[in-house]
Amino acid sequence: MATAHKHPNYMAIFWYLAILTVVELGVIFMPIGKVTIGVLLCALALGKATLVAMYFMHLRFETRTLGLVAVTPLVIATLLVFVLLPDGFAVVHQTAEKKAAATEPPKH
Amino acid sequence: MSQAAVHSAVEPAETPLTPDSWGKLGMWIFLAGDAVGFGTLLAAYGMMRATSGDWPNPYAVLGINLTAAMTFLLICSSVTMVKALEWLGNGDRAKAKVYLFLTALGGAIFVSLQAYEWSHLIHRGLHINGNPWGAALFGTSFFIVTGFHGLHVTGGVIYLVAMIRYVSNRPQPAASYNAVEITGLYWHFVDLVWIMVFTFMYLL
Repeated sequence: MATAHKHPNYMAIFWYLAILTVVELGVIFMPIGKVTIGVLLCALALGKATLVAMYFMHLRFETRTLGLVAVTPLVIATLLVFVLLPDGFAVVHQTAEKKAAATEPPKH
Repeated sequence: MSQAAVHSAVEPAETPLTPDSWGKLGMWIFLAGDAVGFGTLLAAYGMMRATSGDWPNPYAVLGINLTAAMTFLLICSSVTMVKALEWLGNGDRAKAKVYLFLTALGGAIFVSLQAYEWSHLIHRGLHINGNPWGAALFGTSFFIVTGFHGLHVTGGVIYLVAMIRYVSNRPQPAASYNAVEITGLYWHFVDLVWIMVFTFMYLL
């Protein structure tokens, strides 16, 4: 089982990764909204990570078992973000309330 | 009657879930656990940043020129890693060892550049418990996340050097193919994590 699967064109993947990195650096200078930049950067990072996992780590040519193992942390991380969101909103809300209370003139 | 006895002696039937290599499955399970660790760190980073009123602008404080070069270096070392495996598959042990060495060298340079970056930032006042630009947690999370990743790279360099020896000790290139592929999984994972860290801690 020395060469169990064909090797993909690694140099092409390398150039995709290099170009995507340059695009990432370009995106942060673009005159667009902060949220748009954030979404674009996340999408680019996910795209690069997928390229590395699929081709460098050969996930594309592997059995379903390894695919399932590889996807598990992604699912857990997504759940974690949703679990953290309520607490995050609560803290932001509290901070805003405190700020408003501090700036409000004292009532007589 | 003998039918049952024979069946219990053979290996369990292959299912679509039976992996080609148990070692590879083991490494993937380890990496999945490690990924949850990094995911937790990054989620915590996002949480601390979102709930902080005075989080410094990472791009302005950290600078990204050196880090972009480091990202490129790590991508290059991933390419030399797959090349090492390719040469081993082609039966050329000497070339495979050269590429394994280049991969380890890339990792060593990465860690050195990170040490340089850290000392530079510490000199400018970025500490684990405070900094001149805003929220103290900015420095805490920066050092913990990049430090955790840097430790992974350091471990990877040691792993790669050990694998050069492993390949040397096995005259048949096919005998070390699977082990080198598993090493590659670890190394590419470290690259993948850096892609995420670079995006979330430097660019965003």
